[in-house]
Amino acid sequence: MVKFLPLKEAVAENLHDGNTVAFEGFTHLIPTAAAHEAIRQGFRDLTLIRMTPDLIYDQMIGMGMARKIVFSYVGNPGVGLLRRARDAIENGFPHAIEVEEHSHAGMANAYEAGAAGLPCAVFRGYRGAGLAAVNPNIKSVTCPFTGEVLAAVPAIRPDATFIHAQKADRKGNVLVEGIIGIQKEAVLAAKRAVVTVEEVVDNFDDLHPNLTVLPNWTIAAISVVPGGSHPSYTHGYYERDNAAYLEWDEIAADRDRFQAWMQKNVIESSPDDFAGRVGHLRKAA
Amino acid sequence: MSDTKGFTPNEMMTIAASRALKSDDVCFVGIGAPSAACNVARLTHAPDITLIYESGTIGTAPDVLPLSIGDGELCETAVTTVAVPEMFRYWLQGGRISIGFLGAAQLDRFGNINTTVIGDYAHPKTRLPGGGGAPEIATSSRQVYITMAQSKRGMVEKIDFFTSFGHGEGGDHRKRLGIDTAGPTLLITDLAIWKPDPVTKEFTVVSLHPGVSREQVQETCGWIVKFAEALDETPAPTELELRTLRDLQARTKAAHQGTAKGKAA
Repeated sequence: MVKFLPLKEAVAENLHDGNTVAFEGFTHLIPTAAAHEAIRQGFRDLTLIRMTPDLIYDQMIGMGMARKIVFSYVGNPGVGLLRRARDAIENGFPHAIEVEEHSHAGMANAYEAGAAGLPCAVFRGYRGAGLAAVNPNIKSVTCPFTGEVLAAVPAIRPDATFIHAQKADRKGNVLVEGIIGIQKEAVLAAKRAVVTVEEVVDNFDDLHPNLTVLPNWTIAAISVVPGGSHPSYTHGYYERDNAAYLEWDEIAADRDRFQAWMQKNVIESSPDDFAGRVGHLRKAA
Repeated sequence: MSDTKGFTPNEMMTIAASRALKSDDVCFVGIGAPSAACNVARLTHAPDITLIYESGTIGTAPDVLPLSIGDGELCETAVTTVAVPEMFRYWLQGGRISIGFLGAAQLDRFGNINTTVIGDYAHPKTRLPGGGGAPEIATSSRQVYITMAQSKRGMVEKIDFFTSFGHGEGGDHRKRLGIDTAGPTLLITDLAIWKPDPVTKEFTVVSLHPGVSREQVQETCGWIVKFAEALDETPAPTELELRTLRDLQARTKAAHQGTAKGKAA
C-alpha cells in the first residue's frame, strides 16, 4: 500500500544501483525533483528509459549514472541537442553508454504492453526506417488473420517508475491531468512507482469522473514536492520555464560549467528549493 | 535578411507552406518551421484546420508558437487531449491524419529524411535528437509535406541515416514495402516549391519564389536539380499573410523570453 514519504526516503526505498528505471513526463509533469534526489544519492549502472530524455537524463548521463539509455527522442525540445548525452555517445565522456533507440510509436506501444502485462507490443511501424536495422529489439510478426507484416518490440517493464502529478488525496490516490502523456502506462508497467505531487487534498469528490486517477494501490510512495517538475510544468499550477530550457543549452555545452551548475543547483540543493523556482511561473489567476 | 522585396526567404517559405494547407485538413504538426506554417494557415485562409501535436493535443489553436510539442497552451486550447499511446495508435496509425508536416536536418531527392546521426550510427560524428514521432508520421499520414531552408549540408545526395522513409530509392519503393500512403507530395524551401515526379518520385522544382533564380536553387542543393518544364513563380506574400506571421513570431518571442530566468533545471 502507498506510503507518504519525504522524497529522500521514497527514492532510497525504491531505486537501487543497476535498476532499470523510467523518469517519465512527455514535456509535461517531468519528475525533476525525484531525478535530482537520485543524483544526490549517487546511483550507478542505471538503465534509463524515457521517450524524451530531456534535461534530467542529460544531467544523469553527465554525472556518470547511466549504463544504458532507451529512448525515442534525445533532444532538448524546441531548442536543440542534449549536449551531455552527445558527449557520452560521441566521445565516451564521462563514460560510454549503451543506446537502444526507438520511435515514439514504438516506445508508447511498449509501455502500453508493459501496463497490459503482455510480453511485446505489435503495431504498424518502422516501415522503411533505419532504426529497424540498428536496434535488434525491433522485430516483425505476421498477422495470423490478414498476413500483414507488423512491427514488434518488447514490453517495457521498469523496476521503478517516477512521475510527477498534480495532487493526491489523503488516501494516496493520484490525479494526472492536462497532457497526460505516458504517465499512467509508465506507472502500471513498473514493479514500483513513486509519484511526486504538488499538494495533498482531503478527497477527490469534486473531480470529473473520467479524469486520470491512479488508485493508491498502484503506487509505492508519494512525496509532496511543490514545483517538483520545474523547469517542466504542472498544468493548473505553473507554466513551463522555456527560458530555463534555452539556458540549459549553454550550461550543458561546457563540461566544467555543467559540473559547477550541478554542484550548486542539485548536489547542494534539496526538494524544498523547487517551490521557489516556480513562483514567477504561477498564473495570476 | 529583409531585402528590397519586403520579405525574407524564410518568411516566403513559411507562407508558401501555409498555403498548401486547407481548412478540412487534419495535420500532424512537426515542431519548428512546420509549426509556424500550420498556425499561419489557421490564422488566415484555413480557420477550421485541425492541428495535432504528438503530445496528444487534438484541434489545438495556440496564441503563440510552442517551444516544445508539449507546451501547456497546446492543451489549454485543444478540442481534446489524449494519452500518447492513443495518439499514435488510434489517431495516426488509425489513418485519421491527412497531412504529416515534417522538417528535416538532412533530406535527399526522394524525400527521405535524416534527423538521427551525422556519420556512422554506432560512432556518430554528430548525434542528432532522432526521430521522435516522425518514422510513423512519414508512413501513416495520408500525405507528407516537408519544409526546410536549402543548404548543401541539408539537401544531400545521400543521407547518413533513414530516420523517416520517403520514396526510398524512388519509383514504387513504398508500395514494395507494403506502405499504401502517398508519402512526401510537397517540399517547400526558402527558394522554391518542389513536387515529386509522378513516375520517378524525384523532387522537381515546380515554382520559384519571387526573384529566385535556377542557379540559386542549384547552388544550395547537393544533388543535380530537376526543373519542371512549365516553371511557375510563387505569388509573393500578401500583406495579411506577412502581418499574421510577424505578429505570431513577435508574440512567440515575447512569451518564451519573457518568462523570467529559472534558477535551476
